[in-house]
Amino acid sequence: MNTQLSSLDYLAIYKMMQLIRQTELGIAERYPKGQMRCPTHLSVGQECTPAVLSKLLTHQDLAVSTHRSHAHYLAKGGDLNAMLAEIYGKETGCSKGRGGSMHLIDQSVGFKGSTAIVGNTIPIGVGLALAKKIKQEQGIAVVFLGDGATEEGVFYESANFAAVQSLPVLFVCENNLYSVYSSLDVRQPKGRGIAELSSSLGLASFTADGNNVLSSHTALSSAILHIKQGKGPALVELSTYRWLEHCGPHYDNDIGYRTEQEFLAWKDRDPISCFESELLFSVLATQTQLEEIQIQVQKQVKSAFTFAEQSPFPDYKVQDQNVFARSGL
Amino acid sequence: MSKQVMTYAEGINLAMHQCMTLSDDVICYGLGVDDPKAIFGTTAGLVEKFGSSRVFDMPTAENGMLGVGVGAAINGLKPVMVHQRLDFFLLAMDQLVNSAAKWFYMFGEQQSVPLTIRLMLGRGWGQGPTHSQNLQAWFAHIPGLKVVMPSTPNDAKGMLAASIFDPNPVVFIEHRWLHHQEGEVDLSIEYFEPLDKAKVIRHGDDITIIALSYQVVEARRAAKALAENGIDAEIIDLRAIQPIDWETVTTSIRRTGRLLAVDTGMTTCSVSSEIVSTISEACFDNLKCAPKRLAMKDMPEPTSYGLTRGLYHGAFEIAKLVHEMVKGKDSEQLYSELKVNGNHDVPGDWFKGPF
Repeated sequence: MNTQLSSLDYLAIYKMMQLIRQTELGIAERYPKGQMRCPTHLSVGQECTPAVLSKLLTHQDLAVSTHRSHAHYLAKGGDLNAMLAEIYGKETGCSKGRGGSMHLIDQSVGFKGSTAIVGNTIPIGVGLALAKKIKQEQGIAVVFLGDGATEEGVFYESANFAAVQSLPVLFVCENNLYSVYSSLDVRQPKGRGIAELSSSLGLASFTADGNNVLSSHTALSSAILHIKQGKGPALVELSTYRWLEHCGPHYDNDIGYRTEQEFLAWKDRDPISCFESELLFSVLATQTQLEEIQIQVQKQVKSAFTFAEQSPFPDYKVQDQNVFARSGL
Repeated sequence: MSKQVMTYAEGINLAMHQCMTLSDDVICYGLGVDDPKAIFGTTAGLVEKFGSSRVFDMPTAENGMLGVGVGAAINGLKPVMVHQRLDFFLLAMDQLVNSAAKWFYMFGEQQSVPLTIRLMLGRGWGQGPTHSQNLQAWFAHIPGLKVVMPSTPNDAKGMLAASIFDPNPVVFIEHRWLHHQEGEVDLSIEYFEPLDKAKVIRHGDDITIIALSYQVVEARRAAKALAENGIDAEIIDLRAIQPIDWETVTTSIRRTGRLLAVDTGMTTCSVSSEIVSTISEACFDNLKCAPKRLAMKDMPEPTSYGLTRGLYHGAFEIAKLVHEMVKGKDSEQLYSELKVNGNHDVPGDWFKGPF
């Protein structure tokens, strides 16, 4: 399929897709019980891009993300137990219960934080890259964003500065066609692609089918190579689709902002089942191997939910402590 | 420990040179930091000494560039961002409030944001509705931000150095009418003034005047004239407005029993409002008369020289109000020499704008 990837790489990507899917579905299944008491944005249907990046990035690369960041956090190598505990508001959570689903962090793997305001982490990722350039550090900065964030002024400001200073930053734009319930049609002019826009801002720009592993891999690896060769920042626009509602555990094709037909067409292009078929067709994996991976992941996810549910809440008596840092971290 | 008389702007410039010498992690950027005017001289010589990768001009993009500062700070640098006018910085509220202020708490105390934001504000010379706003109270309202407003050259130097090496985001506010003020400055390279301490700068028994930023200058003048009329005013230079040093403030008021809070901002929800309300709660039994605020009217500042007459308050208004609070009678004629003699819209007739 692709000479840059070994059979082991393919299986690792597959495993990451499974990890993201099963974690998200596990959250959706349990969310109605009312133990995860925070706004939660799931990435079911969008597993491909982060899974491919999990093979392309190392811990020297730093990433920031959005309100819909579970997949990015996991793909960067973030700890699953700590993420689920965070969504449950527990002391063992990656942000000790201060942040919830929309504020994930795992510094040990270079996941520097996800935040809730659209476009908020775009300049922060550029700042990570600026510090890398000044300190002459290895690695790149990765900014995850959605199509809606490209409408924010701060996207333009950040892309402009990254281009002016030729910073080592990769913008990964997952275009899932909707900003909450607002379709791309009412938000951006017809015929002007996000990659085209970013190209005119001075970013090397690439597009890919964000539900297809090979297409995503080709575009993302080309963009990363461009940045690592010192040629400046890049953006990859990856088309994809979220299956569930904007925020929460349910399907919402019945409420009228998008059609069941549109959803079914995208579901036919499920990144995971498409990838399974390709792996089996190319004899890069056997059905047994894939099933073994699914079972391994099931166990990992189940145990992470147990960990999160059994962890203690933080002590509310210290809720107002540590608003300020006492020494530098 | 050697000292030297210099201006407030020179004190800031010295702090920048010393901090950038102390640590390679300190960077300085903002519109005009390396231009010929060098932000009223405060960034003079930095790019020549430390190079254009650490001292640089930026795109006109206040919010994006503050976010860049947050990102650089969480990846090991200590950025100092400079804005010649606070009003433009209003475009950066998302990054200030949602990122810089929250990062340390929101991520469970794992990552601090050592970032300093220098903001200049002022009054007069027709700066008008959108070039003269004193919005310090906005910043003080956001938990996670430290906010300081030093009034002397020595405090400007020592508090800027402390801000730069503080692990938290610090909003460092400079009044344009202070840049030319002279004072003795400690030249030591590692000279830090605390970011959470007010300073009693004049001892007195009759009333406590709590002033901030440029109003400290006016309060000093007022106190001198008040003394000639038998009123002994204590002056506290607040210096830090987040956090406020309540211990120093309450200790003074428990002794004097009277409070006048003098602010450069508008009255409603101001720093002076906060002082009056907290003191009313904490020291009610000690108060001999109602505590007062002297702050700007709740209105946009007009531009016209004709319209701004009587808008600003200074030593005369302070002295008159204090006299009434202590002696209970009208005293206008006693303090007429404190009235602005000449142009009301400049710190002195040498001031020729444009900002």
